[in-house]
Amino acid sequence: MSSPSEPAEPARAPTGVIHDLGYRPYAGPRLGERAVAWSFFLTGLRNTFGLGRSGRSKVLPMGLFGVMLLPALILVGVLVQAKDLLGLDAQIVPYSTYPLTTQLLISVFVAAQAPVLISRDLRFRTITLYLARPMRRTVYVLVRLASLAAGTFVLIASPLLLMYAGGLLADLPVGRETTRFFGAVVGAALLAVLLAGLAALVSALTVRRGMAVAAVIVVLLVSYTVVASIQGISVATGNETVGEVAGIFSPYTLVNGVQHYLFDSPRATPAPPSSDAMGLLYVAAVVVMAGGSVVALIARYRRVSP
Amino acid sequence: MAVIETAGLTKQYPSVTALDHLDVEIGEGITGLVGANGAGKSTLIKILLGLVGATSGSARVLGHDVATEGPEIRALVGYMPEHDCLPADVSASDLVVHLGQMSGLPYAAARERAADVLRHVGLAEERYRPMGGYSTGMKQRAKLAQALVHDPRLVLLDEPTNGLDPSSRDDMLALVQKVGHEFGIAVLVTSHLLGELERVSDHVVVLDSGRLLRASATTEFLHATGSLIVEVQGRPDADRLLGQALVDAGLTARPAEGQLIEVVVADERTPDVVRDLTVDLGLGLVRMQERHQRIEDVFREGGAGSVQPV
Repeated sequence: MSSPSEPAEPARAPTGVIHDLGYRPYAGPRLGERAVAWSFFLTGLRNTFGLGRSGRSKVLPMGLFGVMLLPALILVGVLVQAKDLLGLDAQIVPYSTYPLTTQLLISVFVAAQAPVLISRDLRFRTITLYLARPMRRTVYVLVRLASLAAGTFVLIASPLLLMYAGGLLADLPVGRETTRFFGAVVGAALLAVLLAGLAALVSALTVRRGMAVAAVIVVLLVSYTVVASIQGISVATGNETVGEVAGIFSPYTLVNGVQHYLFDSPRATPAPPSSDAMGLLYVAAVVVMAGGSVVALIARYRRVSP
Repeated sequence: MAVIETAGLTKQYPSVTALDHLDVEIGEGITGLVGANGAGKSTLIKILLGLVGATSGSARVLGHDVATEGPEIRALVGYMPEHDCLPADVSASDLVVHLGQMSGLPYAAARERAADVLRHVGLAEERYRPMGGYSTGMKQRAKLAQALVHDPRLVLLDEPTNGLDPSSRDDMLALVQKVGHEFGIAVLVTSHLLGELERVSDHVVVLDSGRLLRASATTEFLHATGSLIVEVQGRPDADRLLGQALVDAGLTARPAEGQLIEVVVADERTPDVVRDLTVDLGLGLVRMQERHQRIEDVFREGGAGSVQPV
């Protein structure tokens, strides 16, 4: 808007005319189920980091992402600068241990972002608008879960990538680092799927956002604390098997155990699986837990009335 | 071609029969779906979208079977739900663009279409604000916009005027009329308020307890009843004077609501007789019009339950 003090427009009459085009039908291309699901996935992934949402909702996920990278950055700095001084020939903190060390950040991230993707549509009943569109109900559930898992994976794997790059810069053996990094990335993917599945399920059951956040944090932290205590006691008292079985009941110790068993990663828990049978049990537990949360989530959404 | 056709459509919930062997055919233009709360309107819409399975019977929407071709139908149909369904922390613009993409539009096209439909429904600058702060009228407009963003061939509007004040209701009805007549999109609009549908729809389908009570053109509902409504003034007892004069002239006349007189039309000269008698009595003729039946009269005849006339 121009202020009154500004000089008047030149006397030349305006030449542009605004036409009311009326309603224009759409004759352009319409994308298929896959393209729609992909676009839905990308929107969900962006939303987990607050992108495409209000400025306030970027603070927590972006902050956590930054804090998550910070220790890796310091470790890389020390490794590159003081490798010879300290006589280091491997990563200061193993890749597979990093997610366990930073698990509080990961848990808070998943707990805060799962309701954004899952509870929001249920609470505002926006889900009706999705169901009234071509996407099938099951695809909706799977894509939402995939967005959350991918967001969590980015959070867990980014510092590992930073450490890997730092390791190569510091002239650590390339072959060995690559193998370890690969195992850690698989572990990060498994952990992301497990955490996303659990958090999504809890969020879908508790529609209120605050409740969902608290419930997810409680489930993840309490399960880890209990498992870690049992493992500590069992190792101290010589009953390792009890500790190994207990490790199944927290996603963090479970995935770490799988990494130890499959990729021979350094142990980060007192009682990783020590036998083939226990290792296979761990792998089976991952499959059951991931599959179970997907099945339960789909069952939950079947009861959502449009 | 019929836009919607159902044959023996039945939906049985554990404790209630929502639809009972419904046979109905709905064409282009605006069709009003009338019925009391619980008459089965929303259930019918959900079945037509392929979201709820029918217990028995069949239905086709735009030539697609609702039981097997739900996704195809939902790509061609827009749906405006009755209940609140807008996230509070998203702007109307963002939501409509996103839902356009979810209906298969590429991003650029979805943005253009969203801007277009938001303009058509009358959301201007406020489209960039989070919808949590919207009035009911603005929310209804946003809900309508998301139903139109993918240029559907049919829109199902479930109680679009619910919760609106009289002037917003008029605006919404004008929008519904615009969608049906200017945009050329077939409209099925439900309401439990009869007067609304009388004004905007070309056809009316009346549901009662899941059964079809009547389906026909709105004009047939509103056919002339064969009598005139006359209003005169000039003296306090003007209506009684004229009424007596009409009866003396051999016409059938009776007092109608208020100060009005209802005159049965005997032949084409009847209006002239009314006019001349009014002049003879020195009264002023305020109005003389054909009396039309209203949709709610159909309900009285049909014995339908608790439908609220406006």
